Amino acid sequence: MTERLSGGDMLIRALQDEGVEVVFGYPGGAALHIYDAIFRQQRIEHILVRHEQAATHMADGYARATGKPGVVLVTSGPGATNAITGIATAHMDSIPMVVISGQVPQDLIGTDAFQETDMIGVSRPVVKHSFVVKKAEDIPAIVRKAFLIATTGRPGPVVIDVPKDTTDPGVLAPYVYPEKVTLRAYNPAVRGNARQIRKAVEALLQARRPVIYAGGGVVQGNASAELRELARRLRLPVTMTLMGLGAYPGEDPQSLGMLGMHGTYEANLAMHESDLILAVGARFDDRVTNNPKKFCPDARIIHIDIDPSSISKIIPAHIPIVGDVRNVLGEMLQVVDAELPANPVNERARELWWHQIDGWRAENGLNHHLTPKPGRPILPQYAVQMLHKVTRGEAYVCSDVGQHQMFAAQYYRFAEPRRWINSGGLGTMGFGLPAAMGVQMAFPDATVACVTGEGSFMMNMQELSTCLQYGLPIKIMALNNQALGMVKQWQDMQYGGRHASSTYSDSLPDFKTIAEAFGHVGMRVDDAMQLEGALEEVFSPALRNKLVLLDVWVDREEHVYPMAIRGGSMKDLVLARAGEGKGGVED
Amino acid sequence: MQRRAIIAVLLENEAGVLSRVVGLFSQRGYNIESLTVAPTEDETLSRLTLTTVGDEAHIEQVIKHLYKIVDVFKVQDLAENEHIERELMLVKVRAVGAEREEIKRTADIFRGQIVDVTPETYTVQVVGPTDKLSAFLRALSGGRILEVVRSGASGISRGARVLGG
Ligand SMILES: Cc1ncc(C[n+]2csc(CCOP(=O)(O)OP(=O)(O)O)c2C)c(N)n1
Ligand SMILES: [Mg+2]
Repeated sequence: MTERLSGGDMLIRALQDEGVEVVFGYPGGAALHIYDAIFRQQRIEHILVRHEQAATHMADGYARATGKPGVVLVTSGPGATNAITGIATAHMDSIPMVVISGQVPQDLIGTDAFQETDMIGVSRPVVKHSFVVKKAEDIPAIVRKAFLIATTGRPGPVVIDVPKDTTDPGVLAPYVYPEKVTLRAYNPAVRGNARQIRKAVEALLQARRPVIYAGGGVVQGNASAELRELARRLRLPVTMTLMGLGAYPGEDPQSLGMLGMHGTYEANLAMHESDLILAVGARFDDRVTNNPKKFCPDARIIHIDIDPSSISKIIPAHIPIVGDVRNVLGEMLQVVDAELPANPVNERARELWWHQIDGWRAENGLNHHLTPKPGRPILPQYAVQMLHKVTRGEAYVCSDVGQHQMFAAQYYRFAEPRRWINSGGLGTMGFGLPAAMGVQMAFPDATVACVTGEGSFMMNMQELSTCLQYGLPIKIMALNNQALGMVKQWQDMQYGGRHASSTYSDSLPDFKTIAEAFGHVGMRVDDAMQLEGALEEVFSPALRNKLVLLDVWVDREEHVYPMAIRGGSMKDLVLARAGEGKGGVED
Repeated sequence: MQRRAIIAVLLENEAGVLSRVVGLFSQRGYNIESLTVAPTEDETLSRLTLTTVGDEAHIEQVIKHLYKIVDVFKVQDLAENEHIERELMLVKVRAVGAEREEIKRTADIFRGQIVDVTPETYTVQVVGPTDKLSAFLRALSGGRILEVVRSGASGISRGARVLGG
């Protein structure tokens, strides 16, 4: 006999059947039947946040680190609208997430009832799909569909809006969790077209100056192993987007590092001078291409993506391949195996190409080691290099948005995918700390660092309280330049140094005390000679189970370089502040 | 090169689907010239026809983005092949004295029908491709037109070919 459950119990049971282990959320009237259902079970842990935006970023961080969908539960009205920023963040970076929002009872919908918001309407532009529950017995199938849609094809957030009457504990209905659901109009591409794959391999074998442009799709699509194999087999230089970092090991000689607006000199020049670009799971974002009209004039383009609408959206692709990047790269490898003996790579052309790339790298690369000088302010780049050293490059690094984010991306050379967690598409300040919390929830024993700026940190620092409640021993390195540094940099470069509303040094709190007030460990360092020691302490076994916030007072004048020149091509970069060397002290 | 696309879309007949289609257009800054929608012979499905103007790359993007909507089954630009396009228009015109005969003659030329009559007005119904309807409006001199309502274009391909087949 099938069990009879209330809608609230069904919802939680369906999440259990979906394999969900943790839900991030915040209660309120419309969600209380659901909360009661959570209380009466043990399998799913609920993390009580301090702001719904943080719940979405936690679920997002959890999803980015694990590849599993993150789950959020919020109430109607303000609970739902507070979640929007996090939903939009996940949407822009194609992160699988299921957001359950309470809603007023159906007989009140449309009456401007207390805490009523049209969540489906408000979230529509920033979700992959959404559902409204009409009656309790529909809940299991809706949950199944929501997870299916969130995790397949190009992943993304899915909202389930749940009117309170559908979770009424007094109304029972049969619970049947569907093994299979049909979504007859939904058929995401899986395998790439075999002829296109063959054409792509032929083009790669013939190219004289090929380059890989790997995006977040390689990370999210779990195609890193295949990408590495292909790059090594054909000795291809690899550039990565902000979202793709870690897809290929950052310290490997074939890695040219990040490309785009703040990408490396060698990555951007290699793109510009290439005759063939293999774009994998990337979307030719304007922060990568700069002026599309001047984009890589000699390059033919192979573009592999799960989402057909990403292909030829900005830059026309010569060889488009729609499909799961992992499958497509796997099939390309097979074709390479078959073709290589008869059709070897032009070794001499490859040699010349690498010679050219190594020249750029030697000239202006970021792979120099910075050394601190006594009496000089701490360089933020050096702080990231030290973090890399002290954590042996093995930490999960979650970041916020601003200069510190770019320094982290440039200088923490990620060895593995899913270790670099940041909001690339939306650029959401306030993402870093909650995302790190989601990662730490997923991997309680892992080293999780949050590289943040004091501005971004203040956008969600209330979550320090949540960290105490659940014992999340995150290590926060705040690169404190006492300013909205990235804004200030643009104002320096484009507005004659007029710092409109980008500084607040007189009114900043003492972050060390803040950490302590929340029951954690706070530290401060403002002397470069002390930084490495301070970091050693932060990551020492003695503080292993503690959240530590290290407030690093960095050089307030530092800019992020290279920086793309607006309206130019990819090779048009500012490499240093006028009249300066390469920004800082190096050996 | 700019051209007009007449895009037929087969989608789930469910609440909220239409707002996703319309939202896509406003969100991406695509223009919609006209949009019509109604259920098909299978009541679980709706068929929508929309017309838009743009270059090939634009039209291709519109189609790809329509496909991304989870409830959308099938999308086709009917203008790419031979097709039949029909729109229905009702025009209320001032018709007194000698004008009455002239309007009647113009309506006949366009195979229009006078579907309502008062001593001062005619209401003319015209069915045809969108440009024919526009031509009819031009043929009636502006001052006499009191009210116009157009349904927006619907379309179907010629021959045996079917959408969703
Ligand atoms: C929510 C949000 N508001 C505004 C911005 C615009 N913005 C981008 S970077 C930045 C400054 C960030 O300051 P901070 O976190 O201190 O980092 P810094 O650049 O100083 O390293 C601002 C305001 C944003 N990205 N997100
Ligand atoms: Mg700052």
